[in-house]
Amino acid sequence: MNGATAILESLRREGVEVVFGYPGGSVIPLYDALYDFEIDHILTRHEQGAVHAADGYARASGKVGVCIATSGPGATNLTTGIANAYLDSVPLVAITGQVRTNLIGTDAFQEADIHGITLPIVKHSYLVKNAADLPSVLHEAFYIARTGRPGPVVVDIPVDLTIADVEYDPDGAQKIDLPGYRPTVKGHPKQIKAAAQAIAEAERPVIFAGGGVISAGGSEQLRELALHAHIPVTTSLTGIGSFPEDNEELSLGMLGMHGTRYANYAVTNCDLILGVGVRFDDRVTGRIAAFAPGAKVVHIDVDPAEISKNVAVDVPIVGDAKSVLADLLVQLKKHELSPERHLPWMRQVADWKKSHPMTFRREEDGEIMPEFVVKTISDITKGEAIICTEVGQNQMWAAQYSRVTRPRHFISSGGLGTMGFGFPASIGAKIARPDALVIDIAGDGSFQMNIQELGTAMNYRIPVKVCILNNQYLGMVRQWQDLFWNKRYSATCIACQPDFVKVAEAYGAQGFRATRADEVEEVLRVAFASDEPAVIDIRVKREANVWPMVPAGGAIDQMLGEEDR
Amino acid sequence: MKHTLSVLVENKPGVLNRISGLFARRGFNIDSLAVGETEDPKYSRMTIMVDGQDQPLEQVTKQLHKLINVIKITDLDPATSVDRELVLVKVKATAENRSEIMQIAEIFRAKIIDVSKTMLVIEVTGTREKVGAIMKLLRPFGIVELVRTGRVAMSRGTELT
Repeated sequence: MNGATAILESLRREGVEVVFGYPGGSVIPLYDALYDFEIDHILTRHEQGAVHAADGYARASGKVGVCIATSGPGATNLTTGIANAYLDSVPLVAITGQVRTNLIGTDAFQEADIHGITLPIVKHSYLVKNAADLPSVLHEAFYIARTGRPGPVVVDIPVDLTIADVEYDPDGAQKIDLPGYRPTVKGHPKQIKAAAQAIAEAERPVIFAGGGVISAGGSEQLRELALHAHIPVTTSLTGIGSFPEDNEELSLGMLGMHGTRYANYAVTNCDLILGVGVRFDDRVTGRIAAFAPGAKVVHIDVDPAEISKNVAVDVPIVGDAKSVLADLLVQLKKHELSPERHLPWMRQVADWKKSHPMTFRREEDGEIMPEFVVKTISDITKGEAIICTEVGQNQMWAAQYSRVTRPRHFISSGGLGTMGFGFPASIGAKIARPDALVIDIAGDGSFQMNIQELGTAMNYRIPVKVCILNNQYLGMVRQWQDLFWNKRYSATCIACQPDFVKVAEAYGAQGFRATRADEVEEVLRVAFASDEPAVIDIRVKREANVWPMVPAGGAIDQMLGEEDR
Repeated sequence: MKHTLSVLVENKPGVLNRISGLFARRGFNIDSLAVGETEDPKYSRMTIMVDGQDQPLEQVTKQLHKLINVIKITDLDPATSVDRELVLVKVKATAENRSEIMQIAEIFRAKIIDVSKTMLVIEVTGTREKVGAIMKLLRPFGIVELVRTGRVAMSRGTELT
């Protein structure tokens, strides 16, 4: 077979059913092989759409997402999405075409050193020089992308390799020999015992769960442990869904800058924090010195470099969240854990939940509050939809008011904060989970960054629902300008915008609009009931802000709320 | 405090780039770096001198370990390891002071490897301290050019680095 077919054969053996991509000169042979191969290809309308769709597919399915782009501009258009997957530890294989081997380094047409460009934002990368290496490199790439701490792997392939003859030996190609890569799965038994001891002794414990729990498939283990030890759970943005938010007693919602007050108070006042699959990002910790100041820190993470990177850890456990949580529960069961042991703490937490609930003002003149839209979406979908978000205010409202009860049902660009991520990601998620209702909670700014993917949604009839919380502002930046920059709204007003209903209709999709609060539920119900891609333009209160908020660099228990204005 | 890291890596293209890029990106300064093939051509060994003052060394080594091509990292203890660097230095020399310079070289077991009417090229091998000492003595004659390899190091005795 030729190199191109060998690439696809490797993908097939890795269980790949669908790839997202955009053709170009250097990948014509690869696309020729795809033409009658059993792997589906989704042609996006921009390479960035392809990589975000692959990312959304990976997050919704737990499988490795695959995208393809041509050399030069095709490849560089992937970079934002690769960085996005890197920061959120999403398993991704990006295959890029490259100019002919003998042209590399000559500034040939559509040549860009994508291997070099992406070095700081990949888990690993390859520039393949011999066609014979193609199968083994691809199998290695998948192995690296999905094991340990998942991440993106770039495989750059010169076009001449794809037309060369290649012998595909499945046994040899799938043998992985990486002496420098041996991820730790099982946690150290002594450390797990020490953690169990610390948890049993704690009077004011809190669990802080992150995306690592979800990528390890450890949500069930987390739930069992939290219920058994009776410990409240807060999550990071990417950890939303790792613990059921309908557990009224134990779920504290999100932590950090726009987290719930009760989560932030609980973490600030706890005497033990059990961090699982988290990296103590600055949006979560605020001022480090004031973060959980009296707490013993137990940190479970598959990546040893995350231990004590930002927050000093007392009991480090390197390992896969699922495996370590299961072992930790076994150890915990050896301890006497009466619910009375931390009764005053649980009363205090319940008290905070009662006195500082997540509520928002309802406008009396019919103006639509963005929180109301998110809450309505969550209510009418019974929390069962897959919620994707764009980035900014829409994302924070979505995180605060969507009641997510299952892992892989909240998909958001956490680390990189990539505007334009949500819509293509929702397309990928819908392909991964065709039976699920997939909703992109969008802003009018973010949506316009990858609005062209309406073409993709229509091309393949992928019925995702884009709910634009349209305030005609780049709202999050405007909010900072409002609060900290004297309301000087520099470059954040985007009132000049298309009629989103007409844009949707121009593509052949359905367009809806709501301008008053009493229209919202009905419009959403109709849009969600249809089998077509839909854009719902919801005109929200223009200067609504996300509350509560921890000012950048502040302590997380010092939150601003609407009442402070 | 200076640390000498001995890093065993796969001998593949781009590995040096990955390592130097990682240092730059994470804000770690490299004092010196020497690299070459080992007894097994599949592997290269890098000797990297870093300053552990500003950045905790633990983060450097953990981040290095995450690179797929990095196989082993040893933080060499000066007490149980030997290290050398090689320096070529071009010194001004006249008929009058040439023998004095040659004497200094001899004391330090350095070699004169090139002689011209007005210059000498001297090869010095030794620890950083020894190299520093001979440079101090040569400086008054006029050092016009200097090039050094960076430190290479390995553990003493039967212990493998």
